[in-house]
Amino acid sequence: MATRAARLSAEPAAGQAATVRGLTRSFGDRRVLGGVDLDIAPGEFVALLGRSGSGKSTLLRVLAGLDREARGEIGVATTVAVSFQEPRLVPWKRVLANVALGLRGPDPVGRARAALAEVGLTEHLNAWPLTLSGGEAQRVSLARALVREPGLLLLDEPFGALDALTKISMHRLVVDLWARHRPGVLLVTHDVDEALLLADRVLVLDGGRIAHESAVPLARPRHRDHHDLVALRAGLLRRLGVDPEETA
Amino acid sequence: MASTELDLPVASRAAPVRWRLPGTGRRLVSPLALLVLWQLASSTGLLPERLLAAPSVVAATALDLVSSGTLPEALAVSLGRVAAGFSLGALAGVGLALVAGLSRLGEYAVDPPMQMLRALPLFGLIPLFILWFGIGETPKVTLLALGVAFPLYLNTFAGIRGVDAKLAEVAEVLRLSRGELIRHVVLPGALPQVLVGLRQSLGVGWLVLIVAEQVNADSGLGYMINDAREFLRTDVIVVGLLVYCALGLVTDGLVRLLERRALAWRRGLLG
Ligand SMILES: Nc1ncnc2c1ncn2[C@@H]1O[C@H](COP(=O)(O)OP(=O)(O)O)[C@@H](O)[C@H]1O
Ligand SMILES: [Mg+2]
Repeated sequence: MATRAARLSAEPAAGQAATVRGLTRSFGDRRVLGGVDLDIAPGEFVALLGRSGSGKSTLLRVLAGLDREARGEIGVATTVAVSFQEPRLVPWKRVLANVALGLRGPDPVGRARAALAEVGLTEHLNAWPLTLSGGEAQRVSLARALVREPGLLLLDEPFGALDALTKISMHRLVVDLWARHRPGVLLVTHDVDEALLLADRVLVLDGGRIAHESAVPLARPRHRDHHDLVALRAGLLRRLGVDPEETA
Repeated sequence: MASTELDLPVASRAAPVRWRLPGTGRRLVSPLALLVLWQLASSTGLLPERLLAAPSVVAATALDLVSSGTLPEALAVSLGRVAAGFSLGALAGVGLALVAGLSRLGEYAVDPPMQMLRALPLFGLIPLFILWFGIGETPKVTLLALGVAFPLYLNTFAGIRGVDAKLAEVAEVLRLSRGELIRHVVLPGALPQVLVGLRQSLGVGWLVLIVAEQVNADSGLGYMINDAREFLRTDVIVVGLLVYCALGLVTDGLVRLLERRALAWRRGLLG
């Protein structure tokens, strides 16, 4: 566990993948996060929902250590990995080199190769990133994150730009990888179904705070028509200011 | 596909074939025609040799100049100047851009004077350089180095600063050290712009060479051309110009080759 720079730092509660207390962040006069409290247990899969502009990415960037202006107590696992909506592969490095980039420890290339095999990209080790499809690039990005064996994996709308079919196979892949490596996960998304299919716990960010929380105590793989999910979905949609009757 | 083609009327398939030349062949037709016109104008006396020598004369002179050793010697001197000036200028331009691009302190120290100096008219410096350095090799090489340094400096600096901030964030998330960030992200990211700078600086370089050699020289291509003027040898002048042309084309081709190899990763983007 490492405690991050925030102004009032304290040790995170022992054994958590992430602990956040009273996190605030303003841009100019605009307060985007106004006292966020959040815990992610080791190996827990948490989804964070919220309307566009509600501050989901801002929160994720704080956890990723990319925001030094935020205030509050933030503790995160020693190894944090991130995958963004755009895969952000380094375009002048071939797929394998992208995954091995900055990797410490023994045999980085061998481990990168194994990670790519896990996401099913053995064929593309030597491809240039710009030649990959959106789904393939996102899988490389996942491999690059997972090969670091993170205690906390941050995913910022990683499937947002993918077509519906690719999205389904990516959902399966992510659940598989998570089950195998068991990082704590924070998945930022605006897709209620995605959150319900994947997460142990779904949070709603609204008004700069965690305004709502639902546990999803169902075994995976889940089916979106499961009656428990139908009820949860209606509740979450209402929380997000959408009338579930109208969308149905 | 084959079956639909067979359905086409025979005439419409055959007609375009009659005039088909290879792509480059077609593009050579009009330059060759101009060359023939030039030769005709010279042979009929329409174009006096005092103004412009005939292509055939130019070709013969070129062979003479090569076999007598005049041209190779002049070429070697000019190439030596370019090599010296270009290396110095490239080293200075890229080096200063690295200093300015990779640190704020470096930017404040280097960029303001560079921005002021780039406003100086390069060729306007010639009198000053002659006063400072005399008329030997030094003023020519210095002028070349200056001409080469600025395009490389400006493009390399812009390239470094233009590197995608999102990739810099990736580097941070992946915990790259500063050295690794520079090596794996910043420099390769700046490379396309550096190569644009290289192309511009080579263009400027040849131009500076031509001017510097005209102003004062006792050897080199410029001297060969100037000397020919005294004797109204338009054929020698044309040969000299053609050599300058060829040199420019060759270096441009080399940069293109370099681009194709170094920027192979972009091929996906370009299709
Ligand atoms: N660097 C920044 N400068 C100014 N405003 C920002 C910055 N980053 C985010 N914001 C603002 O903060 C709010 C939340 O943004 P974000 O966290 O990206 O929302 P989302 O929930 O859609 O991910 C938005 O209104 C956005 O405009
Ligand atoms: Mg966002």
